[in-house]
Amino acid sequence: MLSSMLLETAGIVGNFSTLGAGIGAGVAVLGAGLGIGKIGSSAMEAMARQPEVAGKVQTGMLIASALIEGAALFAIVVAFLIGTAK
Amino acid sequence: MDQKTTSVFSFVKFFILSIFVFGLTFQSQANENAHAADSAKFDPATMIMHHISDAHDWHIATIGHTHITIPLPVILYYKIDNRTGFTVFLSSNFHTSGIDDDGELVDGLDVEGFRLDHHDHIYYEKDGKPYHEAKIYDFSITKNVASILLSAILLLTVFLSVAAGYKKNKGKAPKGIQSFFEPLIVFIRDEIAVPNIGEKKYMFFMPYLLTVFFFIWFNNLLGLVPTGANVTGNISVTMTLAVLTLIITNVFGNKDYWMHILWTPGVPLPLRIIILPVEILGIITKPFALMIRLFANITAGHCIILSIMSFIFIFKSVGVAAGSVPFALIMNVMEFTVAILQAYIFTLLSALFIGSAVEEHEHHHEEHHSHDKPLAVAHH
Repeated sequence: MLSSMLLETAGIVGNFSTLGAGIGAGVAVLGAGLGIGKIGSSAMEAMARQPEVAGKVQTGMLIASALIEGAALFAIVVAFLIGTAK
Repeated sequence: MDQKTTSVFSFVKFFILSIFVFGLTFQSQANENAHAADSAKFDPATMIMHHISDAHDWHIATIGHTHITIPLPVILYYKIDNRTGFTVFLSSNFHTSGIDDDGELVDGLDVEGFRLDHHDHIYYEKDGKPYHEAKIYDFSITKNVASILLSAILLLTVFLSVAAGYKKNKGKAPKGIQSFFEPLIVFIRDEIAVPNIGEKKYMFFMPYLLTVFFFIWFNNLLGLVPTGANVTGNISVTMTLAVLTLIITNVFGNKDYWMHILWTPGVPLPLRIIILPVEILGIITKPFALMIRLFANITAGHCIILSIMSFIFIFKSVGVAAGSVPFALIMNVMEFTVAILQAYIFTLLSALFIGSAVEEHEHHHEEHHSHDKPLAVAHH
């Protein structure tokens, strides 16, 4: 059912690669959002429990989120290449 | 800053500014076909690609149908038939004639020569058609190269004045531009270099780490201002920076580092054979991730801002601007944060990789020692 709907959409859009790029980019951002959200929530909790180490926790949070964002951007770059490939 | 350094720096700044002012030309595009997008449907993809890509001239603004661009020198080494040689000319020469996608000559002098196509590639045209047997090596000063040169001059100006300030205020409290950069430099030393590389060896790598941090930060910021060039969003630039980290890490890797990669200690033999290709690949993937991370973050940031602004043109209504412009402003401010964060992450990860390559291990994972009692041996 779902696959037939997808095929129909691809037929209208005209291109499977555009569809693939769109879905890929969306799923990548989903992964990044979940990961960074988890980091943010644990960082907030740690800062609330022990305000003295708030600086260190914040630094660690920024580093971890930059690394996760790096991984998500890998996927975005691949999606972009697929979407604009001829 | 003392009298002498002040005058040197003002001269340098004046010189650079005058090059750009005298190089400025106003070019009317009398030819409508070459920029068909002006009258045709607005294509956000083309506009965005044009803004993030490199170009052979520096486009500043378009007022009505007038393009204000600074032409940049084009330096080519060519091998056409049996002629070889260097040629240097200003990129404004490209606009005296053009060629469209049907291969037809558009508004042009019917002469042989180098032309620019829609994707900003240089090709050689002979008898009105692109001549593919010509080999052209492009060493031009493009927009990104000119921007890197400008930011190099900016970095030199700033840091030479910081150094001069230290010489002048020897023993006294820092004044002026020193007081802005000292906390940053001390931060890089105390939070990035020393914890990762260690007390004994960090000083050797500090120049590289400082250079990389300020180069990336300044270029990220310069890319965000209007008419700025997208330098750190150019994958060649980020690849060069990542390759530098790769070279430094592996040239200064000590025996422990290479032993861990090639013959991982403390692990049974069959697993070592499996780990070996993974670790060798790991030497390449870590700087590769550095490259992609910086490139994608900066380019994505520019794309987001441009896309939000192009909503106004896609929906063809001024009312959209009420939502678009504040949102684009917020994203632009976030991009300032991303600018310094990405510089920090690149420097931190470089320091981490360098640290893992040069650190001295206090104990070796030697499995031929028995596990029941600790041996009092001098460590090598």
